[in-house]
Amino acid sequence: MNVLIDRFDVFAGGFWLTFQICVLAAIGALVLGAVVAVLRISPVPPLRALGTAYVTVFRNMPLTVVMFFAAFGLPVLGSNADFLRIPVLDQVFTRLGTDLPYFRFALIALVLYTAAFVCEALRSGVNAVSPGQAEAARAIGMTFTQNLRFVVLPQSWKACIVPLGSVIIAMIKNSALIGFFGVVGDLSQSADQLTSAEGFAFVPVAIGISIGYLIMTVPLGALLDRIERRQAVAAR
Amino acid sequence: MSQQSVLYDVPGPRQRRLTLVLSILVGLLILVGAYFLVYLPMDEKGQLTLELWGPLIDPGNENFSAVWDRISVGIVNTLTAAALAIVSSLAIGTLVAVLRIQLKTLVKRRFTGFATPVSYLLRGLSWLLSAVTRVCIEVFRGLPVVLTIFFVARGLPEFGITMDTLFYLVIGLTIYNSVVIAEILRSGMEGLPPGQREAAAAIGLSPLQTTIIVLLPQAFRIMLPALISQLVVVLKDTSLGFIISYEEILNIGKQIIGALSNPIQVYIVIAVLFILVNYSLSKLAQYVQRRLARGRKTADTPTQNPPAVALVSQAEGGASGV
Repeated sequence: MNVLIDRFDVFAGGFWLTFQICVLAAIGALVLGAVVAVLRISPVPPLRALGTAYVTVFRNMPLTVVMFFAAFGLPVLGSNADFLRIPVLDQVFTRLGTDLPYFRFALIALVLYTAAFVCEALRSGVNAVSPGQAEAARAIGMTFTQNLRFVVLPQSWKACIVPLGSVIIAMIKNSALIGFFGVVGDLSQSADQLTSAEGFAFVPVAIGISIGYLIMTVPLGALLDRIERRQAVAAR
Repeated sequence: MSQQSVLYDVPGPRQRRLTLVLSILVGLLILVGAYFLVYLPMDEKGQLTLELWGPLIDPGNENFSAVWDRISVGIVNTLTAAALAIVSSLAIGTLVAVLRIQLKTLVKRRFTGFATPVSYLLRGLSWLLSAVTRVCIEVFRGLPVVLTIFFVARGLPEFGITMDTLFYLVIGLTIYNSVVIAEILRSGMEGLPPGQREAAAAIGLSPLQTTIIVLLPQAFRIMLPALISQLVVVLKDTSLGFIISYEEILNIGKQIIGALSNPIQVYIVIAVLFILVNYSLSKLAQYVQRRLARGRKTADTPTQNPPAVALVSQAEGGASGV
């Protein structure tokens, strides 16, 4: 068990890096997912088709394939994902600015993949608002934007918070994949590094890595359960 | 789709004209965007040449049959792993769900027929058992599938157990998915109206019989869409076999790329294959859901309203795939 204490810095560093990519990917996916959701409920058919196509493609494709596209396809196209070297952000999230592009590639893949699920969660929230609400709003003469702003969105926000949380939890778990795509030093890559390269015993390392992920996923899941139960009581 | 008609008024002639004009404009814009953002970069780097695409789409190409032979090996391997994983996780998941429901009733039992210390011991024991299963479920649900597969493939040999990589993959997938399926089934059983359980108790069934004869079949029925969605997740997750060098389709793709160096083309073909299979599976899930929602219109069956928990775990199940 000494490895947990002796190499605590490795575990902490891995946790910190995984946490960073999760925060960045969550923000990116929420923004992109919201855009796609708007496309999917827009009144213009081609936009709707675009949104639907996006969701169909990315929901039915394994994240692994998306990662492969990002990690091996983008370099072939001559891109280093340099547009993600955002001036102020890369001071906080130092990996964004490094010369090795794998962190940025992994981030792109995670955002693209998760956005499809975020879109579905948001849409399920809009669909959960009973049709009578929107009809009533139109009946008293509200415009489309007023309808969304004052009637539909405030209610759908409540309905989609739990599905959104599930999506984020799934994303945290999916982020374990980045260690296998060239991102050095995240939690899953640390597991590989410590056991195969540095020859530490397997079980303690596995326990340490697992704790790193459980710290992020279990409390979030418990929080969601709480919110859900509270909403179930309120709905009665 | 139904929401759209609610959010907007039924369009009049002017609105319809406007929509049509907008549609054409936006359609053109999308095409132009696709040309500049997808076609041009691809063309510039020579990614659209037949030299790179040929082995995949041109039957006349010398490598065509060899490439597709390998790909079909990959497809078969992927499907084998997915089938084994789903069957074993269904079996284990059902067991775990029944176990959890049983332990829940056991915890409520007071063991009044025994001497006081014995009954306290039994109550403590059953509480402990239930806590242990609960913790196990939370842990395995909270771990990434990548890591369970990785841990199985790396950990089992340390204990002197070596086997085919296929079984590492299947075991890793089963650990995660059986827990998820157990949760799906459990929420299905707990969502049933209490009358079902009470009626079963009234005709003298034991708790175990109640679960197996009355609750479980109904839970399966209600949760069928969620279970099919989980199948999609398993199928997507088999692609993780590449980290333990199991010869599934992505690994084969990597070999092809090693020989022909056409990554974009190979991954596009693999992605299309995955999308085709998974899309039809999700359509099947939707179809089943509609069938169930229409349901038996005779008595007050619970099928009409799957519980809220169920919908959430379904959403989660759909999302947690890699």
